[in-house]
Amino acid sequence: MVRRRKFCKFCAEKIDYIDFKDTRLLGQFVPERARILPRRISGVCATHQRKLALAIKRARHLALLPYVAD
Amino acid sequence: MSMRRYEVVFVLAPTLTEDEVEQAIESFTKTARDKGAEVASVDKWGKRRLAFRVGKHSDGFYVVMTLNEESGTAVTELERRFKVTDSVIRFLSVRTDLALKRADKFKKEREARRQKRPAPVRDRAGRQEMEDALAAAEPAEKQEE
Repeated sequence: MVRRRKFCKFCAEKIDYIDFKDTRLLGQFVPERARILPRRISGVCATHQRKLALAIKRARHLALLPYVAD
Repeated sequence: MSMRRYEVVFVLAPTLTEDEVEQAIESFTKTARDKGAEVASVDKWGKRRLAFRVGKHSDGFYVVMTLNEESGTAVTELERRFKVTDSVIRFLSVRTDLALKRADKFKKEREARRQKRPAPVRDRAGRQEMEDALAAAEPAEKQEE
């Protein structure tokens, strides 16, 4: 089996501004236990991971995303 | 002085009636205008399920407001009012003009890089041959950009 190379989703799709209101997009990086997916798993680049984390935290404050799994 | 752009999101309690929701939005919009901000947009998402319970509520009425103003006075006043209004269960205001400007810059840089990239290979036959060889070597591999 050839392991697929990981790549940064945001670089590939040319997303420069990660919106905290876009729950669909953010939800992909918040798996069931509600923790932010580490980039060693998702393959997101450092720049985008930083922005992503901030956006997720903002979304959590507005109760758009969970803090803990329930 | 350049304009600042703010995104103000607030969540109203689901116990409010339709009219009360409209009234609240109206009053907050007025506050913003009175403080000299231009209300660029008011986006009502409607009632949405919260990701967790806030107080005793499990739904909320989401409203997204976009403001343009010179300084943060309208936003400060809005935040003060959100705090003292019991029907506002959550709120968040974010200044977005700088982040959007940066995003725009990245976009332009990417565009410039694309312009500078060398012209595509002229030798079509030679390239086809190479691609075929590559495909044969690694059939299922997806090429990354």
